Amino acid sequence: MNPIDQGPVKTGRPEAIKAVPVRHPGRWAGAVVVAVLAAMLIHALVTNPAFQWSVVGDTLFNDQILHGLLVTLELTALAMVMGVIGGIVLAVMRLSPNPLLSGVAWVYIWVFRGTPVLVQLVFWNFLAAIWPKLSIGIPFGPEFVSGSTNNLIPVFVAALLGLGLNEAAYMAEIVRGGLQSVSEGQTEAAHALGMSRFQTMKRIVLPQAMRVIIPPTGNETISMLKTSSLASVIALEELYQAGHNIFSRTFQTIPVLIAVSIWYLILTSILTVGQYYIERHYARGANRTLPPTPLQRIRGLFTGRRKPSKAHDVVPGLEGGGHL
Amino acid sequence: MSDLAKTPADATRAMVRAEGVHKSYGLVQVLKGIDLEVKQGEVFVLVGPSGSGKSTFLRCINHLEKINAGRLYVDGDLVGYKQKGDRLYELKDSEVARQRRDIGMVFQHFNLFPHMTALENVIEAPVQVKGESKSAAKERGMALLERVGLADKSGNYPSQLSGGQQQRVAIARALAMQPKLMLFDEPTSALDPELVGEVLDVMRGLAEEGMTMVVVTHEMGFAREVGDALVFMDGGVVVESGDPREVLSNPQHERTKLFLSKVL
Repeated sequence: MNPIDQGPVKTGRPEAIKAVPVRHPGRWAGAVVVAVLAAMLIHALVTNPAFQWSVVGDTLFNDQILHGLLVTLELTALAMVMGVIGGIVLAVMRLSPNPLLSGVAWVYIWVFRGTPVLVQLVFWNFLAAIWPKLSIGIPFGPEFVSGSTNNLIPVFVAALLGLGLNEAAYMAEIVRGGLQSVSEGQTEAAHALGMSRFQTMKRIVLPQAMRVIIPPTGNETISMLKTSSLASVIALEELYQAGHNIFSRTFQTIPVLIAVSIWYLILTSILTVGQYYIERHYARGANRTLPPTPLQRIRGLFTGRRKPSKAHDVVPGLEGGGHL
Repeated sequence: MSDLAKTPADATRAMVRAEGVHKSYGLVQVLKGIDLEVKQGEVFVLVGPSGSGKSTFLRCINHLEKINAGRLYVDGDLVGYKQKGDRLYELKDSEVARQRRDIGMVFQHFNLFPHMTALENVIEAPVQVKGESKSAAKERGMALLERVGLADKSGNYPSQLSGGQQQRVAIARALAMQPKLMLFDEPTSALDPELVGEVLDVMRGLAEEGMTMVVVTHEMGFAREVGDALVFMDGGVVVESGDPREVLSNPQHERTKLFLSKVL
């Protein structure tokens, strides 16, 4: 029974194994249960009149909703810019050898991570209760410009401060982790070549830290998009508050909530795709071959599975062969 | 201290000159008074057991480590300090960076920049530090990669290169700054035995062209063949020094004999 003698293989390699695969009856049973539940849900969504799908469609492009959408996008973008810049500053302060700088950063992060963002939002909105007047001048000296706090900080700015300053505390920890993940040998090599501290940070350390910083920052952005709906408590008319205003007038609560949710889903989906490409960009040099783009994955679903010629052609999530 | 505070003038003949160099980390004394001189164009080999302070001394030469006492000159200039009268002043970061431009360093673990291709690694410092134009730097960079036998790998990232290839790129990267002195910190210790030869070949070529080199190594064959001077260190002091062939074949001190009996 020597396979080399009888096999058709010319190279003398033993015949490829053709075995009956292990059956998984449990998986089949589970799949049936899930399929039935999914069918029930779809049936309910389509037939239950309470969903009022025509109202959902109308509400999606309602002017008030579209305006709220714009406010949500602005608030998310600006709060994240504040968070990232503040986070980098706080991270550098935390890593500073100066105990005053690192101490101040520590206390900031402690306070802003340790209290609910909802409370912080309301706090910034009521800033006028503590300081009715804000001014620019010499500390403990004369003032140059001053104005009423309520005029200087409208609701949008209060929401921005609440979300942005809170985000900075979280981003600080993310950036710090990224900077510390770059080995000291990299800094030494750059210094040995005569590069300055700033050049070393900008050209060598940050680009490598980005690979660690980007994925959680993407998550933070997606999370911020949804957290921005909390600004409704200080009556900022962002996406959720716009919906709230509509259904408290029309009492069509469910369809309006669905319309609002659809917008949130669309936005988070776009952000997810964007994050994927940014991560791919910063993976240069870290992976021998870049991961496939979503398009390549979809193509891989049809071609790659039949002949996975190289490791990176394998569809992630389906590596083990996708049968039930 | 005052007899150590000599004018740099009498240190100019030497590329590196160490006078009573001390270095400690907290209470641990790593260097306990190193005196030595590396002449222009010389291949100077530092050997010794691990923990003897040889790598630390090498890192002091380009001020990656600060010395606690003594004086260290490179090409007649104090490393990391300037002297006015009897007083020493620490150099600013930018001045330290300027000193380091002329001193190339090759590390045990290569320390290539992983997010840049081989060629980008080589041209990074000339473009960023010296302000060379990208095209000129690329041309010189390709010539340097050619010289270490890696012209065909210029577009590869470090993770796509073998250890020996990475170390040769690292040598090309250091040479791109046209240094007057090259420091090698155990350049072959992290390599597979098969790959050691290709790196030593490049170093041998450099030595033949007259580059001044300070080499920390365990490659006694290289020391014997290429080295012009050798120092054996142990416990933070120089135990024995002289011509490499002399010291390696006929060591005078017990400690040197013991060490060499284990490595040779």
